[in-house]
Amino acid sequence: MTKAPKRFNPDRDVAPWTGPMRRYDIAKEVTICFLVVAVLTVGLAVVFSSPDDKAVTLQQWASATPVDFATTAIAELDGTSGTAGYGGPYNTASPGQSILGVSPSTIIGVHIPVDAAKDFVLSPVAALPDDPLAQQALRSYRSATSTQRATWDAAYETAIASQAASYRDGHLVVPLGNYGPVGVIVNALTQMARSGALDATMLTEQRFFSTDFTKPLLFLSDGNYLANKAAIDHLQGDQWGMMNETGSWPGQAWLWLYTMWYQVPGLSTSPNADLQVWAIMMVLTVVLACIPLIPGLRSIPRWTRVYRLIWRAHYAAKP
Amino acid sequence: MTSTPNATNWTGALRRSAERALPPEKLLPESQPSYVASWIYVFGALTMAALGIIIATGFVLAIMGPTWWHHSSTGHFINSMHLWSVELFFAFMVIHLWGKFFMAAWRGNRVLTWASGVVTFVISIATAFTGYLSQTNYDSQWIATQAKDGINATGGGALFNVLNFGQMLMWHITLLPLGVGILVVLHVLLVRHRGVVPPFAETKDGAK
Ligand code: HEM
Repeated sequence: MTKAPKRFNPDRDVAPWTGPMRRYDIAKEVTICFLVVAVLTVGLAVVFSSPDDKAVTLQQWASATPVDFATTAIAELDGTSGTAGYGGPYNTASPGQSILGVSPSTIIGVHIPVDAAKDFVLSPVAALPDDPLAQQALRSYRSATSTQRATWDAAYETAIASQAASYRDGHLVVPLGNYGPVGVIVNALTQMARSGALDATMLTEQRFFSTDFTKPLLFLSDGNYLANKAAIDHLQGDQWGMMNETGSWPGQAWLWLYTMWYQVPGLSTSPNADLQVWAIMMVLTVVLACIPLIPGLRSIPRWTRVYRLIWRAHYAAKP
Repeated sequence: MTSTPNATNWTGALRRSAERALPPEKLLPESQPSYVASWIYVFGALTMAALGIIIATGFVLAIMGPTWWHHSSTGHFINSMHLWSVELFFAFMVIHLWGKFFMAAWRGNRVLTWASGVVTFVISIATAFTGYLSQTNYDSQWIATQAKDGINATGGGALFNVLNFGQMLMWHITLLPLGVGILVVLHVLLVRHRGVVPPFAETKDGAK
């Protein structure tokens, strides 16, 4: 069986070139390009340098805004923080985002287990052997019933939210309440963070060498300190933050389309926005790769006639 | 040497097919069809040049380690060069992409050239992204904590943990650049193999 020759399609096929050739020096072109780009890069680097805002530490956070730190700590303890309620891959506290009824993060499950109360609060405080008061508080917290703990947690959450909450003379000062040992625990953690010991403890929790900052970063991002700094630098998601850099440097401008979707009404407020935006971008990427095969899309160049500009010398030379 | 080709010798078959696909005068020609006369053709080479500078400055940063540039003015300068060559790289690549789009440069069996370009673009974005995560400064912290939600929502966060600095550094300096490098070589060899796409043939009433 012989296939009938396909009809010539101007958006898919070309006739072989039989016209004149011209001298062309690829090696010279590439060399000159390299030199030009090298000079441009050095020039831009000299004139504009590059940003480098120091990393934020738990110590800075707890020192600058101890009440925000303590508020975050109690949220980790009672399970209301962002991380404690996150879901996959950290825990099972939330069903995760879904699209068309499917939640990929739930299907894949917990792979980077994070127990916010234990990892961010209880274990670090337990690592303070020279603080008998804190150890005593931990023991009574751990031996209490979960109902009792919930009552204490809620009471402390109310206390730390009060206008009167502050940090004075090396202590968190909050209105009295029925929060049992929780006040001592949160206070010990806050002091530990302010001393810098918490940064070290969380990083070396399991081993001497560590290159994994998952837990300290999750804890840090549950508070307001990191985000408030980001808002000043226009880095928040609703500020097209993905494209921006600290200071006024250009950032990942090529993410404009990805970050644009987060500004679109409907998506900007959707609880499944992250997954929806990813799905849209994946579809668009496949479409981009397949443009040559998609009737209509692949004819746009021929219809818009921008090519006349690119090849104007060629068309001018033709009779 | 005039030995008759041995059809069962894999090495010989491989050499012959490579020679057929890319004879030296096709790989490095000294002339081009007359229509190859526009500034837009330079942007592929400019993208390659920027990639070269990115790799060179990245090598220096790698030799000295990921935190060197915070406390060395030389390091900071090399970092600035690394950043600016990346900005140029993407600017050139995007102009190149739109240029090729408006030339419909996929015509005449060049679909794979186009598609390999798109894949290179996507992997380049991932490379740049992991680079931002490898800066070991506030920017990395912020980008990591923001980006985790998107990747976690897809389920990918279980494998690709943007909060794990060591993992992201490895992706940034080995796996992803290797991918970009291999794809660019493939892309350029495809271009040489097929030759530069001719203009639309025009009749009196426009492109046919
Ligand atoms: C690292 C990124 C890239 C590099 C280094 C690169 C490099 C090159 C070079 C050197 C050429 C030949 C010279 C020229 O026509 O400019 C070329 C051609 C081409 N590029 Fe790319 N490119 C890249 C990305 C892309 C992207 C993102 C696309 C489109 C999606 C693309 C599509 C094409 C096509 C279709 C051709 C063939 C042109 C023809 O036959 O006339 N490239 N590329």
